[in-house]
Amino acid sequence: MTLMELWFTEEHTKNVRFSIKVDKQLVSRQGDFQRIDVFETKEFGKVLTLDGFLMVTEKDEFIYHEMITHVPMAVNPDIKKVLVIGAGDGGTIRELTRYEKVERIDMVEIDREVVAVCKEYLPQTACKLEDERVHIHYEDGLKFVRKPVNEYDLIIVDSTDPFGPGEGLFTKEFYGNCFKALTERGILINQHESPYYENDLKAMQRAHKHIKSAFPISTVYQMHIPTYPSGHWLFGFASKGLSPTKDLNAEKWNGLGLKTKYYNTNLHLGAFALPNYVMELLEESSL
Amino acid sequence: MERLSQERMPLYEALKQHDSKRIAHFDVPGHKGGRGNKELKHFLGETCLRLDVNSMKPLDNLCHPVSVIKEAQELAAEAFGADEAFFIVNGTTAAVQAMVMSTCKAGDKIIMPRNVHRSAINALVVCGALPIYINPGINKELGIPLGMSVKDVEEAINSNPEAKAILVNNPTYYGICSDLGQIVALAHEHNMLVLVDEAHGTHFYFGEDMPVSAMAAGADMAAVSMHKTGGSLTQSSILLCNKSMNADYVRQVINLTQTTSGSYLLMSSLDIARKNLSMNGKEMFRKTVEFAQYARDEINKLGGYYAFAEELADGDAVYAFDKTKLSIHTRAVGLAGIEVYDLLRDEYDIQIEFGDIGNILAIVSAGDRNLEIERLISALSEIKRLYEKDKTGLFDHEYINPDVVMAPQQAFYGEKHSVPIIESAGEICGEFVMCYPPGIPILAPGERITEDIVNYILYAKEKGCFMTGTQDMKIENINVVTKS
Repeated sequence: MTLMELWFTEEHTKNVRFSIKVDKQLVSRQGDFQRIDVFETKEFGKVLTLDGFLMVTEKDEFIYHEMITHVPMAVNPDIKKVLVIGAGDGGTIRELTRYEKVERIDMVEIDREVVAVCKEYLPQTACKLEDERVHIHYEDGLKFVRKPVNEYDLIIVDSTDPFGPGEGLFTKEFYGNCFKALTERGILINQHESPYYENDLKAMQRAHKHIKSAFPISTVYQMHIPTYPSGHWLFGFASKGLSPTKDLNAEKWNGLGLKTKYYNTNLHLGAFALPNYVMELLEESSL
Repeated sequence: MERLSQERMPLYEALKQHDSKRIAHFDVPGHKGGRGNKELKHFLGETCLRLDVNSMKPLDNLCHPVSVIKEAQELAAEAFGADEAFFIVNGTTAAVQAMVMSTCKAGDKIIMPRNVHRSAINALVVCGALPIYINPGINKELGIPLGMSVKDVEEAINSNPEAKAILVNNPTYYGICSDLGQIVALAHEHNMLVLVDEAHGTHFYFGEDMPVSAMAAGADMAAVSMHKTGGSLTQSSILLCNKSMNADYVRQVINLTQTTSGSYLLMSSLDIARKNLSMNGKEMFRKTVEFAQYARDEINKLGGYYAFAEELADGDAVYAFDKTKLSIHTRAVGLAGIEVYDLLRDEYDIQIEFGDIGNILAIVSAGDRNLEIERLISALSEIKRLYEKDKTGLFDHEYINPDVVMAPQQAFYGEKHSVPIIESAGEICGEFVMCYPPGIPILAPGERITEDIVNYILYAKEKGCFMTGTQDMKIENINVVTKS
């Protein structure tokens, strides 16, 4: 038995580090947009990182992907046409394809290489990318969303952080274009960063301010993701009229009989009950 | 002559060597590598402060270059295809003034388009030369001033055969080029020198498939804003001369007004930028044009906006178009350019170069990324969706032909009194009024104020243009020449 000490470390802040012991590195590839790595780990299974930032682990990805999809789907179970931006690992797509009523999913991923790597090394999430309803467009999400008008019932922004290739997906112009691309009952869900550490919370406030300027209804909901900085993570819920809690159609969603590991309709309501400090941060951001 | 190696950077190398010697400094600057001003060092970075040094023998002297600055200037001259190059650290303003003051004395005539930068007319105030303005003509639809037509230049030359020089603004801020080759031929035929304000044309010397540069066209002098599109630090610039000029005299003229404490940060940035342009310029400007062209295509698809380019070329007043420029006409969206400029910054955190009454200009460079280009296009799309208005009632012309009654120097230094701008029509203006940017005077000293001009100033103010030039910081009153 060898005692090799190989660790993946991410700086959650300048003064806080998060490390996972690595069994072996499966692939490392420098694409046009970012460096892509996949590690095999004992604790979290396979781990995908982009430019050294942890994106997905096999062990906790279900939390992220269930929460980013089932929340809007339970508010409007009649959603037919979905635009997913980012999501190269395929987890969001996997959850969406479980809904028979969904007719078309346009997925816009800027980095072809991420999809290729995930198809090869992360079949757990990438397993439904070949579904016939899924149409993958390899281009900039900000560019893609300029064209459609009144077309999508749901837009999910499953993006990386607001620096690097995902930067444009946190801008006011992007959210405004999303508003235009959505139907009357349209919902926008976005990866909204964390309210905890200084840098993350600034990004989260900026995103909220920008979304609020474009949508009449805009709030956030929370979940616990063990491998993300602080573990306390937010998604944004914005719409042209549907309320994430009052319009929750629990009966209809439960009638679908989807088996989930994290999401349920009680947790749905609870996820929108925010800690005081988060509510304060949101209020501050609109000032 | 032996070709110099454009890979060399004499000034940079000398500074590196100086820096490695750990010299004890008992000279200025007093911050001594930042130790005497820790907050500044922390803010700008230690290297920056350590390299902020004064002239000394190993580092040469900008006023009288004999070693490394001389070599760096020679390399620059070669890179630009000029006989002499002078590093300028007082901005291209100083380079333009050196051109005018090297060629004109008090009372001499100089032919120039009226849409010059204020620095050229400032030079006339200082040296007392008389401007012979050529109406640049205007594109009615876009409201932008154009280049100089060869016919107009010929007429001006024929009616002012004693003029000493012609100043050409090439390209204009909007990217419009005149027929430089023809103008140079005409001027030289009549023993006039050609001075080119090439503030926005550094890339003409290094990119492929660009409009002709001043030196290639045979002009006598050119002021090149390296800091604008060449990649050096703000305020650094290069003055180029052809062999027709007495370079030693030009240096004396530069030294009349330029600092004796030339910044080594600015000068080394010129040296490094020149090398980069020589080595990578083709690729940099290929990329720039590609970005600009992509943005034009996408913006024109949005509808309403018109991102114009070489289709404006008419072989005369628009002899060529600088394709690196991203100029966008906004009036069909019902918004003044300045309104779009303000919305981009206030609502979308996007800072562009300038907005005037009918247009905006975005500077694109090889330093851009697809991401930023997409942001600009998407923000314009949002501005159209959210703010589009009826376009009637928007002012539709930009250039007003001036009536020059008095030499700029005479008017500026003459007896003046202040009157409200709104009541100033009919008076002779004693100072400048302009929107900044672009810094092209609406009124210059010695020009007759008209009702049209007053309305234009009030309109530009109302739309939010940043007005400058008058003594009155609120731009409500204007100094006019007191009638004797």
